[in-house]
Amino acid sequence: MDAIERDLLLKIADLHGVPEGAYNIRENGQAAGRNSTANIEIVSKTDGKSGIDIFIKPGTKNESVHIPVILSKAGWQEMVYNDFYIGEDADVVIVAGCGIHNCGGMDLTSRHDGIHTFYVGKNARVKYVEKHYGEGDGNGENVMNPTTVAHLAEGAYMEMETTQIKGIDSTNRVTKADLKEGANLVIREKIYTHGKQRADTDFTVDMNGAGCSADVISRSVAAGESRQHFVSTMNGNAPCHGHTECDAIIMEGASVTAAPCLSANDIDAELIHEAAIGKIAGEQLVKLMTLGLTEKEAEEQIIKGFLH
Amino acid sequence: MLELKNITYRVPDDRGEKTILSDINLSLDERFVAFTGPNGGGKSTLAKVIAGILRPTEGRIFLDGQDITELSVTDRARLGISYAFQQPVRFKGLTVRDLISLAAGKNAGVSDVCAYLSEVGLCARDYIDREVNASLSGGELKRIEIATILARGTKLSVFDEPEAGIDLWSFGNLINVFEKMYKKTQGNILIISHQERILNIADRIVVISNGAVEKSGTKEEILPGLLGGDTCRVLTEKL
Repeated sequence: MDAIERDLLLKIADLHGVPEGAYNIRENGQAAGRNSTANIEIVSKTDGKSGIDIFIKPGTKNESVHIPVILSKAGWQEMVYNDFYIGEDADVVIVAGCGIHNCGGMDLTSRHDGIHTFYVGKNARVKYVEKHYGEGDGNGENVMNPTTVAHLAEGAYMEMETTQIKGIDSTNRVTKADLKEGANLVIREKIYTHGKQRADTDFTVDMNGAGCSADVISRSVAAGESRQHFVSTMNGNAPCHGHTECDAIIMEGASVTAAPCLSANDIDAELIHEAAIGKIAGEQLVKLMTLGLTEKEAEEQIIKGFLH
Repeated sequence: MLELKNITYRVPDDRGEKTILSDINLSLDERFVAFTGPNGGGKSTLAKVIAGILRPTEGRIFLDGQDITELSVTDRARLGISYAFQQPVRFKGLTVRDLISLAAGKNAGVSDVCAYLSEVGLCARDYIDREVNASLSGGELKRIEIATILARGTKLSVFDEPEAGIDLWSFGNLINVFEKMYKKTQGNILIISHQERILNIADRIVVISNGAVEKSGTKEEILPGLLGGDTCRVLTEKL
């Protein structure tokens, strides 16, 4: 692994090298390292598709899985399928992420498309952290289209944290989830686009079991001429609680669209949508300026806090 | 020393122009000065003009002899003017610790932030990591606002009605905060207030009404008149 790749790894997975526990590092389509543990098994797919299956034994507690993906070869394009089988009563953290370094210089497009499917067992808890990061000389395009599908069994809990800060020119993020009785899904998305970047995010949550709940919160900043499109669909098919929120700051010539779609198909389904889009409030800037910050510094602090 | 010379502030309105402040002249050198007077009289506007948030239509402002009329909010803050908002601003994402650290001008350690919060009667452990957002009550926000001013420790601190939005129980503590600040800090305090107990600790009281200085003097000179009638009469007329 060279300096560029080590740097990407640090940015997307906070890793300074090979992680502890179970991991699979994918580098330009090749496995750069893999480790299974007594409770977590990682195997290559055998059905001809590119990707891995991750099996987490029932009852596995306080263990983690790291599966970073690095694209450092300009113009590299791939489609990856990763399936996670999380056993009943397990409690694990899964850290995924993709870093692209594209110094193509010749309008080459680097592209990572991935489909992650989670089968979260009864009463299992999983925290899934996903970071996307892109860099390069600005000539090549960095494209990422992550799809996440989550099936939550009775009483399962999944917390998904996704972050994409600059660097990715085009992204189309699709997240679908279905929840059984008492399952609980929390999604926190953070996006910062600038330049001419485009980000589409599309959430669909089917709440099928009594007492299940979902909370989808997106915080984003769109600067420059970038465009963001946020769609959040919630179907309450049983007595359930659903909440979706889109909070966006727009700057310069950027645009943000938030399109909620709530369907209550059960008399006891309670669904809420909140959306707020606007520029940074003038009084926030003034308050920080009275503390001695310049307008530019104030703006940076407000955005940093907002996306923290 | 803060000097206001011929400060006039006008805003456009339906009938052309409305005068909010009219030819205000003041030299303030006392440690603790209170602006008081009826609502709508121009006190808050004057405080904003001092902090640089509003530019006067006419007149000049001097801080320790330096003309600061053309200086921005940031430059005035760096010269040593602090300003506490009457209605503190909320921030999604910024924590109490972030805000106080920014005010202190350095990456204040946990113990520093805790000390400032304790000064305003907040238990640091409960607040340090809270976001300065809608989850905080008006009174909590006011105290945090005051803590940011304490953290700055500048030569002039301007407070716009610190008692507004604070419940009676908290009010006693608030007075203690100002009394303590008066004793401990070297800087001057300029406070807009309607509260007798705050006016009582002021070295000088300036009554501002209808955009002008109605009178100015020591509390012995001003308070009896105020409590006897003027302000009350104005209030009664309004009602």
